[in-house]
Amino acid sequence: MNLFDYVRPATLGEALGAAAHPGAAVLAGGTNLVDLMKAGVARPERIVDISRLPGLSEIETLEDGAIRIGALVGNAALARHPAVKAAAPAVAEAVLAGASAQLRNKASVGGNLLQATRCAYFGDPASACNRRVPGSGCDAKGGDRRGHAVLGWSDACSATNPSDLLVPLAALGAVVEIAGQDGTREVPVAEFHTLPGADGDAGGPQLRHGEIVTAVRLPADAARFAAASRYVKVRERTSFAFALVSAAAALDIEDGTIRAARLALGGVAARPWRAAEAEAALTGKAPDAAAFQAAAEAAMAQARPSAEDNAFKIALALRVAVRALTLAAKGTPERMPALPASVFAPTLSAPSPSAPSFQGTAR
Amino acid sequence: MPLTLHLTVNGEAHRVDLTDPRPTLLDVLRERIGLTGTKKGCDRGQCGACTVLLDGQRVNSCLVLAASADGAEVTTIEGLSADGALHPVQAAFIENDAFQCGFCTPGQVMSAVGLLAEGETGGDPERIREGMSGNLCRCAAYPGITAAVMDAFARMEAAEGERADDRARTEDRARQGEPA
Repeated sequence: MNLFDYVRPATLGEALGAAAHPGAAVLAGGTNLVDLMKAGVARPERIVDISRLPGLSEIETLEDGAIRIGALVGNAALARHPAVKAAAPAVAEAVLAGASAQLRNKASVGGNLLQATRCAYFGDPASACNRRVPGSGCDAKGGDRRGHAVLGWSDACSATNPSDLLVPLAALGAVVEIAGQDGTREVPVAEFHTLPGADGDAGGPQLRHGEIVTAVRLPADAARFAAASRYVKVRERTSFAFALVSAAAALDIEDGTIRAARLALGGVAARPWRAAEAEAALTGKAPDAAAFQAAAEAAMAQARPSAEDNAFKIALALRVAVRALTLAAKGTPERMPALPASVFAPTLSAPSPSAPSFQGTAR
Repeated sequence: MPLTLHLTVNGEAHRVDLTDPRPTLLDVLRERIGLTGTKKGCDRGQCGACTVLLDGQRVNSCLVLAASADGAEVTTIEGLSADGALHPVQAAFIENDAFQCGFCTPGQVMSAVGLLAEGETGGDPERIREGMSGNLCRCAAYPGITAAVMDAFARMEAAEGERADDRARTEDRARQGEPA
């Protein structure tokens, strides 16, 4: 880890001033930034610790019914908050499907929004990476791209965004509130990360140097889907693993007809992939298998593998989207599942180490 | 740039002068305060061996910049037992043979203490396994660890029940005008 100056401003105004320094990085929960610094991927000259700034750790319901989530709200606190669980249960389920309990206690909502890709070449300073050093090339090409994008990628970069939280936030139309020295602005969560372009442009978060994310706002409209919302995540372990593919599905069903639908996919692109075509295809339809299959196909119509070893993700994403829509139509569970977002049913067996049984192998 | 940290660790106030802002909370606990019960495994937030309670919540101390923890209350494995009596989670780990080599155990125990304080799993083994997934055990003592956390949950529930009964008896006596 390189040496840096450590500053802890007392107000947002002071923090914006400190963050304007050319080599500054903003520290909130630190679970991603400290890790990147240990790897030598992030080499800030100055750490601006905003973790105690006042006014950024609250979750409030606004007059118009929107829910404003402060950037410093911890992931675990977000998933436990009664208003979030009631209005946006898929957000709670997605948070609980990510990372570990220890990380969720420390990681912040703002930090989750800015979480870096888990592409192994991005994480290795010895590898060429357009995302880490624009224009330097991409060593993932010809390398291991099993986890890489199948939508919205370019020759410059095919890395995916690793966040679970952002997937239902994108589906539900959440907006990022950003403060800068020149004032405030807003960007939809679904567009916060730009897609890779040409000539070594890997894209990245739409945050200008010196700006700070202050909140994420969930529109009041999200609550209409609360009774039929799910997040589904397929990964290579049951727990504590990033998504291969995930989906957030939310339906507003009345008298056997879908009045409105929301669908976003995770693990398939450089940002959470809001599937507007699928949402349109579902509107006015009965919530049945044929409608869900057609919607999933609409969502993935433009998909193409970025390498031979990730072609499987297209078929997987179709199935995960159908599964998420099917589970959402069955209704949001009253209690959070024991394995949030998992496609596996709980085993519920209790261990009995005091009386090990080897009878099963003695046949 | 010198920094002075004030930490309350296991109820005891510590002042730590840092000449360099890079140490993590894990480094300060082990190398400056001398509490080596908290282990450095992966040092990247993946294994859970460094789990401590930071202001009452379980976190990976390897990913906490020590400077950012200034003023915090920290509980480590050394601070769990009271008056020579093991914490119920520690006792349950021993009775359920919840370890082999023991390297991950302090982190497992602190994570279990944090999990039980969160109060979201009850005695459900599946919820406990999911809630403990941030703690790896390369000896694979997982069946014993899950059993120990279930056992600790039952012990703590029973102890809480007894305390509630005691309070009810005390209140009854007070209502009847007897000395408590």
